Amino acid sequence: MKKLFFSQKAAPYIFVLPFVLTVLLFWLGPIFNGVLLSFQDVKQQTFVGLKNYSRILTDAIFFKAVLNSVKYTVFTLILLIPFPLLFASFLNSKLMKKPGIFKSIYFLPALTSVVVAGTVFRLMFGESDQSLMNQLIGLFGNSPIKWLRNGDTAFFALLLLCCWRWTGVNILYFLAGIQSIPSDLYEAAEIDGASGLQQFFSITVPLVKPTTVYVLTISIYAGLSMFLESFMLWKGNNSPNNIGLTIVGYLYRQGIEKQAMGYACAVGITLLIIVMVINMIQLKATGTFSKEAE
Amino acid sequence: MKSAGKKRRDKRKTIGLLILFTVLAIMILTPIYALFIASFKPGELLLQNGLNLTPEFEKMSLSNYQLLFFGKHDYWLWFRNSILLTVITVVLTLAISAFVAYGFAAYEFRFRGALFIIVLIIMSVPFEVIMLPLYKQISDWGLMDNYVAIVLPFLAHASTIFFFRQYLLGIPKSLIEAGRIDGANEYSIFLRLIVPIMKPAIAAMAILNGMNAWNNYMWPLLVIRSASKYTLTLGLNTLINPYGDNYSLLIVGACFSIIPIFVLFLAFQKYFIEGITAGAVKG
Repeated sequence: MKKLFFSQKAAPYIFVLPFVLTVLLFWLGPIFNGVLLSFQDVKQQTFVGLKNYSRILTDAIFFKAVLNSVKYTVFTLILLIPFPLLFASFLNSKLMKKPGIFKSIYFLPALTSVVVAGTVFRLMFGESDQSLMNQLIGLFGNSPIKWLRNGDTAFFALLLLCCWRWTGVNILYFLAGIQSIPSDLYEAAEIDGASGLQQFFSITVPLVKPTTVYVLTISIYAGLSMFLESFMLWKGNNSPNNIGLTIVGYLYRQGIEKQAMGYACAVGITLLIIVMVINMIQLKATGTFSKEAE
Repeated sequence: MKSAGKKRRDKRKTIGLLILFTVLAIMILTPIYALFIASFKPGELLLQNGLNLTPEFEKMSLSNYQLLFFGKHDYWLWFRNSILLTVITVVLTLAISAFVAYGFAAYEFRFRGALFIIVLIIMSVPFEVIMLPLYKQISDWGLMDNYVAIVLPFLAHASTIFFFRQYLLGIPKSLIEAGRIDGANEYSIFLRLIVPIMKPAIAAMAILNGMNAWNNYMWPLLVIRSASKYTLTLGLNTLINPYGDNYSLLIVGACFSIIPIFVLFLAFQKYFIEGITAGAVKG
């Protein structure tokens, strides 16, 4: 037995054993259970077939949550991919002085927890005329707004919070990507007389594609599963008219707050399917799947 | 040879870039600055006005800091819990993930491809999907309100394994062979030869996992019940209900909770940036 344990044949299986156990116990197990629970009324302990799923299809609040999550994801993609890429390529430019200081500053928001960041933003978007955002619009002669009670302004607050936390990190991602591009490409382009803009679009953009795909993937992932930002901005999971409700927020509401575990699990499985489908489409479209698996 | 005209144009571009990035830096620092000056203002003022950038010197004092350091509250208990939990999480996660990653990187074996695809799939499925069934399982197993439930399910951490494995692919196989010729067994090769070479990768992942553990909120929110086990994020969140001097402690405590990470960041900036951008440039 001991001999087998130390043999070169058994070693790889022993090395990956902790991972296999983790997957079985804490990942596949829960997913399997989640699927089972999604066909049940957990309180009554009875199987209800597809009832939870058919309820999802007619649940207007669920659709509102999906819409909010999707809208949030789309906007974060628009704001948090092109701009950080552009900023990163500026930062990397020979004309830029002291990029290091800026890099450190831009990283700071990522160090804060969502509890701290969310609380700070909630208070910056306070209803008093003395809150930062109301002071700011006051400078342009506008009267104070109840930022977090109105759909559009609340969405703006949520997006601003997200951009504040992740712009810097995405800049660093793209910087890492840009710095892995061989510099002689740029030198050759320079000699051929290509402008900075031309270099950006014909060298930088195509060659940072792996980084862009990565940022796209994690942004979709993070966008669709966003919850805590909303939880913190509204001091709990209860934004007026559900303007800040997300898919995970709805899952939390049903599963934890209303103890409707079966229905909540159906919401979770639906989220899993949405995420998997989007992942597949995105990986197919960007052609990364075949490369990853080798 | 650069012409004088180009030099002048370059200089103007440099200034333009500096202005752009300074504006961005100011925007990014604004909330942190607002939090910092608020930590000197009385909590009631904050509750009434929200956060702003006006210093209001006549109302500012060190009384929040006095409250933080000498007042009667649980802040330091939360702080201690967070440090404890972060250290345990980081040490165990790194040890186990490195162990697993070495298996993926150093050997050819059946199911390796399939298992590695599972690593990739786990990385792309949000934790929130399994959160509720896992919560039910933890409660069925009687692990509710137990730190074991916070640490155990995430020890073999997919993205950490992925990062280590990518790093280890670059290590020459001849090193492992040399170890075998010297008569070392497979596990001591890992411990004695491989782990020392992994130091930079371990540092980067220590920072990333440490930051995540320190700021972790969602899962502890579900699992932890008793106030004596609250972490800093959970504890701070109990202060958002405006009773007594809660807001004073909330703001000064939030400010102070950033400090340990900030100090680490200043000391190990390179590893922070490496850790967080680890996945972005793949070989």
